[in-house]
Amino acid sequence: MIAVAPTTTWYLLLSALLFSIGVIGVMVRRNPLVLFMCIELMLNAVNLSFVALARRMGDIGGQSTVFFVMVVAAAEVVVGLGIVVAILRRKPNATTDDMAELKG
Amino acid sequence: MELFVFVVASAMILGGALGVVLRSHPVHAALSLVLTLFGIAVLFVSMEAHFLAAVQVIVYAGAIVVLFLFVIMLLGVDNAEDLRVEPFKVQRPVAAVVGAGLLTMIGLAIIASRKAPVPVVTQSQAVQDALLDPHDSNIKALARDVFSDHVLAFELTSVLLVIAVVATVMLARKPRKGDFVVEAATK
Amino acid sequence: MLDLVWLIPALPLAGFLCILLFGRKLGDPKAGYFASAMVGASFLVTVGVFLDLLSKTAEERHHVQTLFQWVPLGNSFSIDLAFLADPLSLTMCLFVTGIGSLIHLYAVGYMHGDSRFSKFFLYLNLFAFSMLMLVLGSNMLVTFLGWEGVGTCSYLLISFWHERESAATAGKKAFVTNRVGDWGFMMAMFFTFWAVGSLDYSVLNHAAESVGVAGGLAQSTATAIALFCFIGACGKSAQLPLYLWLPDAMEGPTPVSALIHAATMVTAGVYLMVRINPVLSVSSGYAGWIIAGVGAATALYAATVAVAQNDIKKVLAYSTVSQLGYMFLAVGSGAYVAAIFHMVTHAFFKALLFLGSGSVIHGMHHEQDMRKMGALRVLMPITAGTFIIGWLAIAGVPPFAGFWSKDEILLFAYDKSPILYVVGLATALLTAYYMTRQVIMVFFGKAEWKDAHEEHGAHGDLTARDFTPHESPRTMVAPLVVLAGLSIVGGLIQLPSWGWIPHGLQHKLEGWLEPVVEFGEHPLSAGAHDLSGILALVAIAIALAGIAAAIMVYAKHKAKPIEPQILADAWGYDRAVSNFMGGPGRKAFDGVAWADAHVVDGAVNGVGELVRGSAGQVRKLQSGNVRNYAAAVGAGVVLLLVWFVVVRGIL
Repeated sequence: MIAVAPTTTWYLLLSALLFSIGVIGVMVRRNPLVLFMCIELMLNAVNLSFVALARRMGDIGGQSTVFFVMVVAAAEVVVGLGIVVAILRRKPNATTDDMAELKG
Repeated sequence: MELFVFVVASAMILGGALGVVLRSHPVHAALSLVLTLFGIAVLFVSMEAHFLAAVQVIVYAGAIVVLFLFVIMLLGVDNAEDLRVEPFKVQRPVAAVVGAGLLTMIGLAIIASRKAPVPVVTQSQAVQDALLDPHDSNIKALARDVFSDHVLAFELTSVLLVIAVVATVMLARKPRKGDFVVEAATK
Repeated sequence: MLDLVWLIPALPLAGFLCILLFGRKLGDPKAGYFASAMVGASFLVTVGVFLDLLSKTAEERHHVQTLFQWVPLGNSFSIDLAFLADPLSLTMCLFVTGIGSLIHLYAVGYMHGDSRFSKFFLYLNLFAFSMLMLVLGSNMLVTFLGWEGVGTCSYLLISFWHERESAATAGKKAFVTNRVGDWGFMMAMFFTFWAVGSLDYSVLNHAAESVGVAGGLAQSTATAIALFCFIGACGKSAQLPLYLWLPDAMEGPTPVSALIHAATMVTAGVYLMVRINPVLSVSSGYAGWIIAGVGAATALYAATVAVAQNDIKKVLAYSTVSQLGYMFLAVGSGAYVAAIFHMVTHAFFKALLFLGSGSVIHGMHHEQDMRKMGALRVLMPITAGTFIIGWLAIAGVPPFAGFWSKDEILLFAYDKSPILYVVGLATALLTAYYMTRQVIMVFFGKAEWKDAHEEHGAHGDLTARDFTPHESPRTMVAPLVVLAGLSIVGGLIQLPSWGWIPHGLQHKLEGWLEPVVEFGEHPLSAGAHDLSGILALVAIAIALAGIAAAIMVYAKHKAKPIEPQILADAWGYDRAVSNFMGGPGRKAFDGVAWADAHVVDGAVNGVGELVRGSAGQVRKLQSGNVRNYAAAVGAGVVLLLVWFVVVRGIL
């Protein structure tokens, strides 16, 4: 096996793939909690690409961005799960399809 | 060596991702998510972002996913979702197209930028000094960057966290007398 | 005095308003005398204005009085309510108000005892007002106001006795047929405004006179304007093919027939054509031929039909159509003075004939069939005498008025084309024939009314003793006498240039009208001029021949009467029109109505439906479902990326 070092491009492509999988997941899954997990996938893909590019460009700013992303993601998950709890407490078997009060 | 790590980590990441999307049981999905997050942490390490790798494991895998599992267990909503049925006939084809399209376009952009020249970035002196330090330069450089160049963002995120906590406590508690409750529309 | 021009139409209008408010209180006969006084006063004002105009030189005889700005058009353009006092309009005003006041007076006696007496005079005054607006207007819009007004009054007056189904139908027929002609007038107005930017006659005629010069009228436009005006004239003046309302209009009371359908309204078309004579003279040649041809054809056609009519008023109605045809023959041949001359003399003797027939009808207790009359000259001497004078005038026997005007028209017709002359001559022959027939059947011959009523006597109706035709009251007879006098001397206003006529008396009307028609008047060729004496003698001979033939047939019974049914039916024209309108016409109208409801309304409603439908479809995008929204967002992102990567070429 020829030892070829993975270039930045590889990391970026991997991140793109992960992102796409996350997008598909958001559109396909009905359970709200799994929906959230797919959103986490997308965030992680972005983190990966940031770090890869930070290394490529020699800029530590990319990594500090990832730091902030993680913090905000945590906060977002907290609030989001709070909402999900509030909804699911009333209708335990609700899926995202049932929460369609904005139907026009 | 790096190649080997990359391949293994990629396998973990993609396998976990597919698991999240394809597993019908929410707890299985959560566990697949852990696999993905761990894979990403490995890749962080291989890219010499040690601090971030640690934070990834602690915060994401350790706190966020645990939170997910708490909620699943607390509410008892761990019913397996029936993935064979899709109420909107158009949804799956659109999802496929969107996913493929996204991947293609981003991939094209990535490939096109291979030859792009690397912009010269001038870091602040403190960061540069830290980077030159051979011991734990990553965390030092990161800290120098966050606390000097991006300290405002740092403060704001801490405020954000407080707000998030307060909001969630309010959202998730059982309704008490005097609370304004909107009756859900009966379908 | 000229500044009082506005009084001429204002007085009848005041009469109209007063009768509107106080008519019922005034009652029979005061309302009638009041209305007659109004028109009479208008006549006096007209005479005053006429004298004032006479005192000016020929170039100055053109006075415009603007009352107010009617339609402001911006850019200092406007259409004003303005009156034009010039020789042509004054001539028209004179005989409209003059004969109008005589007929008003006559109607007081004729309509005596009618339940709606004051309403009749209400309409008559309104008619007088409209007619005067028509002739005094200085622009086409004021004329059109009068045009429509006389059409409306004609409808109101024809169907005055609207309890009679036939009268109501006749009124509607008149209005609708007029409307078809009005379309022509409106098109002419549109063309005029488009071409010269104004509806003023002076502007239009000036542009016509400067055709070929920049700012002048193009020949094609002039032809269009002239022909569209002619279509309007056909409707108003009852020419082929729009004449068919006039015979039916005899359903109205006889004063109406006399005033509107003999002397005034039907001459409006001729007036219009003479008013725009510069436009007509610069049109393509075929326009004049069309007008002259239609006029001649109508004249001959109506004359043939009149031969077979038995209703005393129908004969006169077709006679009117025929004489109007003569006027248009003159217009088409460029003889505007002759047309006006014949209009004036025709007004005199036709009004006389109609009023005379009204007197006969009144005396015969509303019997109108000539076959039931006869030998009335003894019982109604004044009526008979005046009627005979009218008969001689229309037949073209000198020295009565009709001879001079008809002869002038025939002269110009001969100059234009011998064929037209022959048609005119044939019409003259038939005119003499049927009028003599009418006179014989009514005033001479056997007293048919005696036999008819002897039968009735047995049933307890009026016995022969009770039913005696009687002479009409003074108010009805006096106008007859006046008109008879005018019919005798009317020819004096335009005597031809023959050697034995004193020079000062020749062509007076022509001199008077010269400022108006000098541009368009077709000068008589020398050849025709030389033949004028011979042609006059031919005309006299033809008239006498017609009279003799009728006497042979109807008085002496030497030959059988030729009254084929087809002539009585007016060559089946009326029936053909009814069939067409009822059949294919009706289908066409229904089709248009359907198109309006479905296509036009459908388009509008369709737009509404389209919006509703598409909104309903678009609404489905708002499913309220997060996953659908996510899909939409994702699709949008992909499209954006496609644009950036492929179209903008980041590649």
